[in-house]
Amino acid sequence: HGPYQPHEPGYGLYQPGLSPYDDQIPDPKSRTLAIQNAKAYLLKSSTTSGLNLYDHLANMLTKILDEQPTNAVDIIENISKDVKWAHFQKKMDTLRDEHEILPTFEAAEKRKALFLKANGERDEELEEEIGETPLPNVMETAFYFEQAGIGLSKDESYHIFLALKKLISVQPIQTCRFWGKILGLEMNYIIAEVQYHEGEEEEETEEEAVPEEGGKWVDEVEDEEEEKEKEDEPPKSTYKPPPVIPKEENGTGANKYVYFVCNEPGKPWVKLPPVTPAQIVCARKIKKFFTGRLDAPVVSFPPFPGNEANYLRAQIARISAGTQISPIGFYQFAEEEDEEEEVEGGRDTYEENPDFQPLSVAEMVDSLSAWVHNVQSILKQGRCVWLNPLQKTEEEEENEEEEKAEEPDELPQELQQEIGPPLLTPLSEDEGIQNIPAWTAQPSTNLIPQYAVAVLQSNRWPGAYAFASGKKFDNIYFGWGHKYSPENHTPALPPPVQAEYPSGPEITETRDPTVEEELAFKAAKEEALAMAEEEEDEEGAEEDEEEDD
Amino acid sequence: MEASSLPAALELVSGGGAGLSPEKRAVLGSSLLLLQRDYRFERVWFWGCIQGVCGAYYIAEGLGPDRAAPRSRLYSLNCVEWSLLPPVTEEMVTQAGRLKGRFQGDPSFEYEYTERNAEDDERLFEDGKEPMIKEEARLVATIEQIDRAVGIIPRGAFVKTPLGSVSENRNFEGLSLTEAKRLSSYFHFTEPVNLKNKTLLEKADLDPSTDFLDSLEHDIPQGSWTVQLEKGGTVVVLRSLLWLGLTFYHVPMTKQYGYVYFGNGEKNLDLPFML
Repeated sequence: HGPYQPHEPGYGLYQPGLSPYDDQIPDPKSRTLAIQNAKAYLLKSSTTSGLNLYDHLANMLTKILDEQPTNAVDIIENISKDVKWAHFQKKMDTLRDEHEILPTFEAAEKRKALFLKANGERDEELEEEIGETPLPNVMETAFYFEQAGIGLSKDESYHIFLALKKLISVQPIQTCRFWGKILGLEMNYIIAEVQYHEGEEEEETEEEAVPEEGGKWVDEVEDEEEEKEKEDEPPKSTYKPPPVIPKEENGTGANKYVYFVCNEPGKPWVKLPPVTPAQIVCARKIKKFFTGRLDAPVVSFPPFPGNEANYLRAQIARISAGTQISPIGFYQFAEEEDEEEEVEGGRDTYEENPDFQPLSVAEMVDSLSAWVHNVQSILKQGRCVWLNPLQKTEEEEENEEEEKAEEPDELPQELQQEIGPPLLTPLSEDEGIQNIPAWTAQPSTNLIPQYAVAVLQSNRWPGAYAFASGKKFDNIYFGWGHKYSPENHTPALPPPVQAEYPSGPEITETRDPTVEEELAFKAAKEEALAMAEEEEDEEGAEEDEEEDD
Repeated sequence: MEASSLPAALELVSGGGAGLSPEKRAVLGSSLLLLQRDYRFERVWFWGCIQGVCGAYYIAEGLGPDRAAPRSRLYSLNCVEWSLLPPVTEEMVTQAGRLKGRFQGDPSFEYEYTERNAEDDERLFEDGKEPMIKEEARLVATIEQIDRAVGIIPRGAFVKTPLGSVSENRNFEGLSLTEAKRLSSYFHFTEPVNLKNKTLLEKADLDPSTDFLDSLEHDIPQGSWTVQLEKGGTVVVLRSLLWLGLTFYHVPMTKQYGYVYFGNGEKNLDLPFML
């Protein structure tokens, strides 16, 4: 009520009979009138929004009493805002929901399709599946990797499992493995490593395209040559591009396996083209994130020969060559009768060892020589087996012998044969980076050593992992697809400017003579003139003498 | 990420392949609770894991009543016993910024400087000893750098009270799907730097209770965040490209969000070349 204490403001102002509310309070009839007036005021609708305060307060109090939040007085403004917002939601509800959730519904449809059995499956096919199937047990591998804290969630692993099953039913595949996942900017890649049945590989359509392009190009050149014959020809460039190193055959070397990728399980699998040595050499020099679209261009220097699909394939090849490992003794070389033929390229085939005795987990973790690489390493050239690009075929050699006799071959001697570490070398031979070893080995748990799993992480390719437990082992990659380097990446500098023309004495500009040289030349010339005049005089004198005589 | 929602959250960030083994998950459930009791934290966040060459550091952060105050950081080598890290100083950050290479995995490891400049030589004359930096200090500095650069929260998740302290917004119902795909709906959870530089027009639209932090839109270089929808479009996952390994997840229209770091602890300085 009114101010009673002398220090309160307004004290002494109240004079009975003069206050504006004096006549309202005592009279009960006017009290109801006052209530009605107040209620009428609250029911007045707002001119801007059409709401009225009475309804709003009623709704707010209803909401508070229904929900009973703690410390409601602290969030009362937010509750008021929510109640007001709720008015508008009802009108536009159906429209908004349909637009927003559409992409998630489509994605859910695709994932659901994975779980449906294809039409026409009968019991016979089921029996076949239960027998030998190329489908890897993705969940089992995921379990072992999970013991080390690596891997995708179980949901995603199961979706990948089903997606691989779909892949196998579509393509004639002999062996299949979940290689890993590479992250990208817009989308990620899920990668499957596959080997076809022998003889069932499809011919690539790229080779068909090449002769067509070559034909067109030849036509254009002929036209240009006809035009050029009329004009003066500019000097021809003496630049010879370095010889193109041919890619390895499908099924050998870096192209031993075929890789399929998809962005998400449920989306169709796309086959990656085989990798060429030029792509590997270039991929070593650049460092780019993957966008997630296979047809995206790779803008870099040195310019990458291909698009993202080729870059992805090249990185997969490098990662596989560097980090696919197995416990020692699991694979052994097949016994060959003729060992002489294999000398140049090194052995490139192996088979499972039926007498494999697994080492204990402690041994696998302690020493790196208990593991070996089972994929050939890629040489500097970009291939696994060295090929001399300047080696001429037999026909060409014969032609040359006819044309030029006894000219020494200079170039082939410069290129030395590159030899990489042979297949099945132990990991202890891997060089580390600076003072970090190439691999870090750990058991999955120190608390339960009986059931621990030996886990290896690569330090050169962060994201590459391998596990071994008894007779089971596997490799996997989860990462961005780049090699680790403690130094910052320095892009390649552009090559030096090529000389346009050979510089010889006939086109080099001579230096302008300096003033001293000009004066000296002038003096020398005058001397010569003077000498000539003297000679003439002498001759004249001699002639006179002769005439005299 | 909140310690209480750890199992569900780990499922959502596992798209990058990194996670925790069942053993660690199990022990974290109890050891983080005990941390909360011992240090009297109001909230405990599991920050993540930094992989060293020989071992890994598991990091947890504890928050007090003001969520924006400097957080206490603890590390553990096995998720069972936790040690408090010293508070970070600017000197630590500059010293650690000069170190390159992986973490070793041993907190008492001492790094030697490879680069020496005039300042170091002057200090040498004063102290008479070679400056060495311990891995513990490098760890603190790295965590602080990561939090400062890429620790993010969705817009509206925290409110600033008129008294200046920051607390969780109990009315936060989650971002909608369209909002969640935009970088401007996420804020750096540190002292704002760019807020004052906004134009008056932009500032007029801001709500001072929720928009008191820098948003991600103006991060340099542009494109240093990837925004993806995972698990069939039900989770929005943001990954930082500047500090590879930092993953932020949010389920739209729910209150679930959080970030975690699984990585080497090294800044990706090649980022401009890689984009």
